[in-house]
Amino acid sequence: MKKAEVDKIINSYGADRSQVIAILNEVQDEERYLPEETLKHISERLKLPLAQLYSISTFYRAFSLVPKGKHQCTVCMGTACHVRGSERVLSELERVLKVKSGETTKDREFSLDTVNCVGACALGPLVIVDGEYHGGASPNQVASILGKDKSTAKAKK
Amino acid sequence: MKKINNYQELEQHRQQLKKETDPSLVYISVCGGSGCLAFGGEKVAAALEKEIKKASSVKAQLKLTGCHGFCEKGPLVVIRPQGILYAKVKPEDAAEIVSETIVNQRIIERLVYKDPVSKQRIVKEEDIPFYKNQKRIIFGSNGFIDPTSIDDYIGIDGYSALAKVLKGMKPEQVISEVEKAGLRGRGGGGFPTALKWKTCRNAPGEPKYVIINADEGDPGAYMDRSVLEGNPHSVLEGLIIGAFAIGSSQGFIYIRHEYPLALRNFRTALDQARKAGFLGKNILGSGFSFDVQVNQGGGAFVCGESSALMASIEGKLGEPRAKYVHTVERGIWDKPSNLNNVETWANVPLIINKGADWYAKIGTEGSKGTKIFSLVGKINNTGLVEVPMGVTLKHIVFDIGGGIPNKKKFKAVQTGGPSGGCLPESLLDLQVDFDRLTDAGSMMGSGGMIVMDEDTCMVDVARYFLNFLKDESCGKCTPCREGIRQMLAILNRITEGKGQEGDVEQLEEMSGGIMDAALCALGGTSPNPVMSTIKYFRNEYNAHIRDHKCPAGVCKALVTYSIDPQKCIGCGVCLRNCSSGAIKGAKKKPHKIDPKKCIKCGICYEVCKFASVKRS
Repeated sequence: MKKAEVDKIINSYGADRSQVIAILNEVQDEERYLPEETLKHISERLKLPLAQLYSISTFYRAFSLVPKGKHQCTVCMGTACHVRGSERVLSELERVLKVKSGETTKDREFSLDTVNCVGACALGPLVIVDGEYHGGASPNQVASILGKDKSTAKAKK
Repeated sequence: MKKINNYQELEQHRQQLKKETDPSLVYISVCGGSGCLAFGGEKVAAALEKEIKKASSVKAQLKLTGCHGFCEKGPLVVIRPQGILYAKVKPEDAAEIVSETIVNQRIIERLVYKDPVSKQRIVKEEDIPFYKNQKRIIFGSNGFIDPTSIDDYIGIDGYSALAKVLKGMKPEQVISEVEKAGLRGRGGGGFPTALKWKTCRNAPGEPKYVIINADEGDPGAYMDRSVLEGNPHSVLEGLIIGAFAIGSSQGFIYIRHEYPLALRNFRTALDQARKAGFLGKNILGSGFSFDVQVNQGGGAFVCGESSALMASIEGKLGEPRAKYVHTVERGIWDKPSNLNNVETWANVPLIINKGADWYAKIGTEGSKGTKIFSLVGKINNTGLVEVPMGVTLKHIVFDIGGGIPNKKKFKAVQTGGPSGGCLPESLLDLQVDFDRLTDAGSMMGSGGMIVMDEDTCMVDVARYFLNFLKDESCGKCTPCREGIRQMLAILNRITEGKGQEGDVEQLEEMSGGIMDAALCALGGTSPNPVMSTIKYFRNEYNAHIRDHKCPAGVCKALVTYSIDPQKCIGCGVCLRNCSSGAIKGAKKKPHKIDPKKCIKCGICYEVCKFASVKRS
């Protein structure tokens, strides 16, 4: 992200320190992580110590300090999804992608994360890939959920 | 919309809106709640819009509304004034809905809701047991209005409570009305709202702040999201009334980052209210000024706790502080700050409009009004239900929820999120209100109600909640940070079949310590899921520890899968579905599971139509 773009976000919040979470959210949405350079810049603009920004970026779940994959795969771990077997779906995803939840595949294709509840409990167990909801997910659907392209997912096994 | 300067202008505008409504117009309301959208509701709405435009003779208007609540059957389409409900509608059905139902007044049988219990088809929304058994005073408007239209809200008497307050009530009168109504906080604790307001009003220090807590973090609860998405002005109106009563000129909403639509709709509502003059300086010519700032969360469960939320609004880490000084006295930037949950605020305009006496007639002695629950898990009719306080669990789970799917047996219902507990079948007759749930070892919480059947392992449920809390503990106080971790280690051990005698007693002892010593309410209530499962499902703990068995067949380390060669006909369904390649066998010959390759995902057990896969 160019400095000017970051400035635009900061200015839209009036460079208000109390809006730091919203500013970081926007950077995270754009870059899919919080680059060190950007954090340094935000720190200067908001006159917040970098250490404090670091602590905020690691405290809140929405932020990541490492780059995310091209595709974001998120498994809902809400209670409704849990009792319908979301843990089995997650472990199958971990097995197929060969990463643990919170990590990104080596080829940077997929990032696997969990979310505590997205409030779409009727669809549980729920997997969200790049914003698209896959309801009623079960371990044997994992391959087709991941790939519009089944063969890629299979090749990874 | 032009600015409304006083009460007369608001009434005039409302009358004008009513006059402009064409009584012969047919309204097609498509549910735009999170569930229905995920099922493809937006595509259905687009298809219907196209069809309406095509049929020039049709006088129909499409409304993409907020959540109707009946998420299980989404995408939902309701046709008014007839009140016809179509369930699980696909974009392909749009043409037929317009030509058949709108033009020819004929019902399309296949889209009509079929009751899972009576197997009957029910045409009208109001006749469906799921809706019929509810009392939807807060949530009901969702299906009628476009959440992005302030005129729709004004049309259903929106902002009339605000006008009433500003026109002729003193702040103290507003507080006393809310007190008489007996409103208690819907966010979890059930603290009397009027008392909170009064304390904040009387606390020394200016300015005072009012806050909407929309950081709905309890897993399995999404009523706040749906109210904000579907009727944002009702929450805002409540907040403005509260601000007037407390003497605040600045409000905040703290909203979860995971709820982008709620954020968008609320921002739209704020812009509209500013233009219309319900926010800003000299609201409706009363001399009262007020505005609201939006703050987003960053995905931290603990920020639902009031002092953590306020720290987060200041741009700090969302860590709670000890509350020997309450936030109503010293909150945001050490100023008196009054925080209420989304649903609490949404109740306020209703109390003002209909009166405290009317409101106090609904509910029980100690808990007035209604409560919206999200009824989820192993239940036929998943969705949001609004019922008067005091109805029984059985009424909610069976009459409204339609019972448990797949002929399974009810085991428990979990209420109150990670701070709540699991209630067994023997408590199905419990009347649901703040105090009775707490007495039973659970709590109301924000209103999540997760139904569990015989295939749910209660030890695993306790482990699930602690695992959740381990990640979400902010780490500030030792009892919560370390205590939860240690309790989780014991539960992990038990679910892996390595439990020891004395484990349960140790869990109980540690629970007591955490309850006494944790800094905030989230930490203090964190042992509830463990305590309540031990209380009501001790036998399951014993089965895991003594017999190394998981009666529900959930805990992976304690189950093995095998195929009964007598029953297996070799259809190959399990083999095709096995993702780890553990099942072998020739066509039409009994298959076998290789225990070395089996990852115990349980898929074969679920897909087998001949019950030949055994779980033991």
